[in-house]
Amino acid sequence: MSTSTTSPTRKKRQTPDSHVFPTRPYDLVKEMVIAGVILLLLTLALAAGFGSLDEKAITLQDWAKAAPNDLVATATSELAGTSSSAGYGPPYNRASEGQKLGPLALQKWGGVRIPVDSAQDLVLTPLEAAPTDTALIDGLSTWKAATADQHVTWAAAYSDALAATPDGDPSTVANGDYGPVPVMTSAFLTLAQAGGLEQLISPNFYGGDRTKQLLLLSDGSYLEDQARSRSLGGDQWGMMNEAGNYPGQVWLGVMTFWYQIPAIGGSDNGDALVWGATAIIVLGFLFLPFLPGLRAIPEKIPVYKLIWRDYYLKNRTKR
Amino acid sequence: MSAIEDTAGAPPRRAPEAVSPRSHDRTSWTVWARDRIKHTVPEGQWLPDRQPAYVASWVYVFGMATLVSLVIVIGSGVVLSINGSEWWHTSSVGHFVNSMHLWSVEIFFAVMAIHLWAKFWMAAWRGGRSLTWMTGMIALLAAVGTGFTGYLSQTNFDAQWIGAQAKDGLNSVGLGAWFNALNPAATLTLHIVVLPLAVGAIVIMHVIMVRRHGVVPPIGAEEPTS
Repeated sequence: MSTSTTSPTRKKRQTPDSHVFPTRPYDLVKEMVIAGVILLLLTLALAAGFGSLDEKAITLQDWAKAAPNDLVATATSELAGTSSSAGYGPPYNRASEGQKLGPLALQKWGGVRIPVDSAQDLVLTPLEAAPTDTALIDGLSTWKAATADQHVTWAAAYSDALAATPDGDPSTVANGDYGPVPVMTSAFLTLAQAGGLEQLISPNFYGGDRTKQLLLLSDGSYLEDQARSRSLGGDQWGMMNEAGNYPGQVWLGVMTFWYQIPAIGGSDNGDALVWGATAIIVLGFLFLPFLPGLRAIPEKIPVYKLIWRDYYLKNRTKR
Repeated sequence: MSAIEDTAGAPPRRAPEAVSPRSHDRTSWTVWARDRIKHTVPEGQWLPDRQPAYVASWVYVFGMATLVSLVIVIGSGVVLSINGSEWWHTSSVGHFVNSMHLWSVEIFFAVMAIHLWAKFWMAAWRGGRSLTWMTGMIALLAAVGTGFTGYLSQTNFDAQWIGAQAKDGLNSVGLGAWFNALNPAATLTLHIVVLPLAVGAIVIMHVIMVRRHGVVPPIGAEEPTS
């Protein structure tokens, strides 16, 4: 029977071939089957005991009924070009360069590959598809005949007027020169409350891509309000949480952590900074075998002595 | 006597050249492939019935647990996907299968995390095992991507909010131009086809390397002397 010795204090040494060490019987297939049965039973027990969360998706109709003033304000901001999506930059438009990671304009370099014209695609297209009355038809004609600058003037003025009311209620807006914007946004609200606005935004029988609908929903505050009430905000560790007490993507904690640091989470380039910080950690782990100092941590903190306790005991005795 | 009776009880006989062609036959692609496989993982190492004696800790079980939990994740996912991405909203059976898929994923990541940290404290990259460590890390990253696209493919409020949030992160570094978190059709394809294939391929590479190099010896161990 062969023996082996240990010398953990030696600095430079070769790790020996594992195939030259004494062996013991081992049943790989048995271990696989037993582990599979145990984990399958555990999965079944957890599924039966706790189930899974399934909160219904918010429809644009839900939004229009629950928060009509928010929907009108959002539609107005789309027409004014002041919504989040309208000023987003790549990949939707060129309204801005987007975020940067230091000198790297990665968002800009990604290019405009998913073009979205917020005013046209999210508001005007559905209105044009379903003109409900003469006032709307006249309003759309007036809008089309006006210049882009005039569009912005009308919509921005109406947006400011809405914001000046106590709760953004269009019926309490002060008189002003808003052009056809009040008529158009009112018709947009009616359309949304009737249901089916999703289909008018993307008139495709099979659905599939929901980019425009989700951009419109994200431009409003209703979706975020719903998420924050469930502790899912970005500053609430939301990316790794799940509503209620269900486990979410806990493994995304390495990214979510950075959002909790105000200097990063509150930065205009916060998302890019989080990606950059996460990339450094991930690359550090990936290339750990080649990083002097870091790769020596396991030898400095001897957790390994617990794992190979039997081996060290046996070989100390032999020596 | 029939042909079946004629061979009953006797070991199957084959032409010797069919089972042991000359290993130096460079014209045979089959021989070349077999030699490559033998060279990569020697015979007997694919399904070993002996282990080095130092492999004597419960923590080693978590490598196998990661593998079998991945099988449960894939199995429950296949059943879940058969009736489409929205089936589980309206069917109690579908909802239960979704619950199984969720919890199998949680178990998969839990046992994989334990496996990873155990290998870290073993400094398991020693002895020419750097690529084994790296393929394990890449498998983890691919699994995170697969889990993320799964959350985006739920077609419920959760998917809406995660998509709305995730798009900003992805867009900020240019990835959103190529991977649209707001397109559930695309995320579903990635989730059930592209990324599982990637995870599977990387895990197979990882296992091949583990079998090729064997389990890393204890820190400080020296070659046994007879």
